[in-house]
Amino acid sequence: MSTSTQAFFGLLQRELRLTIRRRNDWLNPPLFFILVVSLFPLGIGPGPQTLALIAPGVIWVAALLATLLSLERLFRDDFDDGSLEQLLLSPHPLPLLVLAKLLAHWLVTGLPLVLISPLLGVLLHLPLTGILALPVSLLVGTPALTLIGAIGVALTVSLRRGGILLTLLVLPLYVPVLIFGTAAVAAAAQGLPNTGQLALLAALLVLTLPLAPLAIAAGLRVSSH
Amino acid sequence: MSQTAASTRRRKRFKLPLWMYKLASPAYFDRLVGRIIPWLLIPGLVLLGIGLVWGLAFAPADYQQGDSFRIIYVHVPTAALSMGIYMAMAITAGIGLIWRIRLAALVSRNCAPIGAACTFLALATGALWGKPMWGTWWVWDARLTSELILLFLYLGYMALHEAFEDPEIGSRAAAILALVGVINIPIIHYSVEWWHTLHQGATIFKLDKPSIAPSMLWPLLVMLLAFALLSAANVLMRTRNNVLERRLQPDDDE
Repeated sequence: MSTSTQAFFGLLQRELRLTIRRRNDWLNPPLFFILVVSLFPLGIGPGPQTLALIAPGVIWVAALLATLLSLERLFRDDFDDGSLEQLLLSPHPLPLLVLAKLLAHWLVTGLPLVLISPLLGVLLHLPLTGILALPVSLLVGTPALTLIGAIGVALTVSLRRGGILLTLLVLPLYVPVLIFGTAAVAAAAQGLPNTGQLALLAALLVLTLPLAPLAIAAGLRVSSH
Repeated sequence: MSQTAASTRRRKRFKLPLWMYKLASPAYFDRLVGRIIPWLLIPGLVLLGIGLVWGLAFAPADYQQGDSFRIIYVHVPTAALSMGIYMAMAITAGIGLIWRIRLAALVSRNCAPIGAACTFLALATGALWGKPMWGTWWVWDARLTSELILLFLYLGYMALHEAFEDPEIGSRAAAILALVGVINIPIIHYSVEWWHTLHQGATIFKLDKPSIAPSMLWPLLVMLLAFALLSAANVLMRTRNNVLERRLQPDDDE
């Protein structure tokens, strides 16, 4: 095992342990996810047909916002206590280390969203085919959301009030993921094949997986200047 | 020794043409741009006058849309420039980021408000045109939606620039964002187009490629050129202003 691989898994382990010990970090995003989705029946009315129609979009938008909310603290603590600088100084490739951090973050905050989503599909009267498509689309889509969002986080980490700015930077870039994710669920709910939408979603993930860490690494170097 | 030679060779391969480095010197830039600006500004203003009079008074009225089609003479140039300026902004931002040329970063920064203004104008004139023609101010059409997202990208770029106290760091952070945006623009555009055909295939507006009569096309081309020249002049004038401001500051080390 090369030392870079060791560094990757070492960092992954550290991040997982740290995030699991901070209960707010992994408990809040799923809670937020459930709360936002359950607001919609209250605002729109309990008609099952209307709810089933808007369910894919509502659940996807809620997942997107939950991801964004959880990302805000991604590099914050490391930036404050100086461990980010240690990462930048390490001899291992920074994009690889960034990827370890993101993987840990997604496992703790993104995966729960994927697992909860069928329950929310039931709440919004989504047909069974749609309920089954929800976790699949989120499984492919949320890692891409984490990767893209982290670019914005890396650029704003040194700013004290980065929250709203982060939203402005990242939401336009989230549009393609949202479109294909919602379309995959909506097609499945109507009993249509959705492999095309899922393939496009996977293509976005495959594109962001190698490119986003490079941009994140560049952003971190600028931010910690 | 050999390592130094190798690194020099590597650096050489990434060198820009000499004139670009010359351009990066504030004094040279100031003199050159001072000479270029009149050549952009005066033809731009003259063409704007010709295009406006030609388009608004002499071009024939559309047989279906009557006189209200004439807003095309503002709408199309601003829409075309909104995307062109983003490209220029991203390219200069990339040059500024990679080769650390401050002037390129400045040009990029000054592109943003012009581009955002063009995007806003394209959206506003589109809405004004849409009301009498389509009966609504706004539709979630693919082109309109991607133009709106483009406006958000511009605003994000400008906001990120402003957020940093040190303009140097701000421009580098914003440059990364501009480059990410440039990869994303085609993806956003095609995904939005695809989404549109999925949701409302029945109401596609057949305005993609309007076959336009030459008598209407010529004033349009004149206006397009006028807007392009005036935008370039505006960007260069702003940049020259920034350079002068910076030279006036005594505590600045450059």
